[in-house]
Amino acid sequence: MAVSLREYRAKIKSTQSMKKITRAMELIAASRIIKAQQHAAAAAPYARELTRAVSAVATFSNVDHPLTTEKDNPTRAAVLVISSDRGLAGAYSSNVLKEADRLAEKLRAEGKEIDFYLTGRKSETYFKFRSRDFVTSWTGFSDKPEYDDARLIGETLVGAFAEDNDVDVDVEHADDAVDVQPVDELHIVFTRFKSMLSQEPDVIRLLPLEVVEGTEAPDEADVLPLYEFEPSAHEVLDALLPKYVNSRIYYCLLQAAASELAARQKAMKSATDNAQDLIEKYTRIANQARQAGITQEISEIVGGANALADANAGNE
Amino acid sequence: MAESHTLQVELVAADRVVWSGEAVRVLARTAEGDLGVLANHAPLLSVLVPGVVEIEQTGGERVRAAVSEGFLSVADNRVSVLSEDSFLENELDRSTVESELTAAREADDQAAVLRAEAKLRTLQS
Repeated sequence: MAVSLREYRAKIKSTQSMKKITRAMELIAASRIIKAQQHAAAAAPYARELTRAVSAVATFSNVDHPLTTEKDNPTRAAVLVISSDRGLAGAYSSNVLKEADRLAEKLRAEGKEIDFYLTGRKSETYFKFRSRDFVTSWTGFSDKPEYDDARLIGETLVGAFAEDNDVDVDVEHADDAVDVQPVDELHIVFTRFKSMLSQEPDVIRLLPLEVVEGTEAPDEADVLPLYEFEPSAHEVLDALLPKYVNSRIYYCLLQAAASELAARQKAMKSATDNAQDLIEKYTRIANQARQAGITQEISEIVGGANALADANAGNE
Repeated sequence: MAESHTLQVELVAADRVVWSGEAVRVLARTAEGDLGVLANHAPLLSVLVPGVVEIEQTGGERVRAAVSEGFLSVADNRVSVLSEDSFLENELDRSTVESELTAAREADDQAAVLRAEAKLRTLQS
């Protein structure tokens, strides 16, 4: 009995230290969410002004830009999957990857070939483990994306899109090491941060651009003035659209980062609660074992004393 | 539209608002050449090249900032200067900028050279 008591005590101790770790991770995730939300708020003015400008050009000039024109029969689509670098975030990464698989199936059914572009080590290992092909991956920034990360991704993808559409865009930051195939479409799979409790995997089609976005179009009351364009509407659009794409990607990265942290906080909270339950359970079992040991000892002593008394009585 | 003598200026980088406030004049370098914006300017959307943006505040003080490629939009006395990278004069450090310029020249990266030169010009007021 004494042995199992020691075992249970050891289990309680290790569960307690695990609980400390998960509790710490929960708190870290919670504090980082606030930072992630601040980043998202800081990026909002740029995105808002850019959306306004793009809507203005789209409204007041009837310029057809290759980035906004749909091809008649698209044959190749790029899918950017935004996942996390680290695990311990519940089903966060697997939800994104499932959504990506669903999208891939849908696109394949439409007869398109798919190029995967990945961010986050989790999606990278998922693809490598299954020996599936992907074009390239970017890792190391999933929980605190910088604008430069979005720019690198954006220019690589716009480069892939432009190659096929004779667009002359400025792709100086693009990853030269990546051998991109020309694509006709670009989709992003990421996790939308709805609230601290709910994050949903979502898909948006980034290219060809749908400039008028239902959710983010400027208010109707806020009538756009009649702009003059310098040097010309077409050139303004040429310069605007790649930046707009980068800004959209940055937005997705920020949403994904906030979602990842919220998912991690939730996962770590339930891990901490589970550890607490386990500790209580083990403490009960350990107490029972201790009690059983004491009872046994007492009955041994009583038994011994009785036997001694009986022997003495026999001698008299 | 009510006549006004000041502009509401917002200098925005991709990940933050660099400067915002009232001003009487904004100077910037566009693809067409240098451009000055005063109050009641006609609505304008223009492409910026890397350069110095100078904002003259109502009190006469000037705010100088280096911007990379971006946009300037003017409407209803609101001026937004959008640029992926934008730094105020006091956020720049001469030796860092100079080493950036040298690195860019060595790498023969024309766009980076232009950006670094813009930063340097911002420092040389």
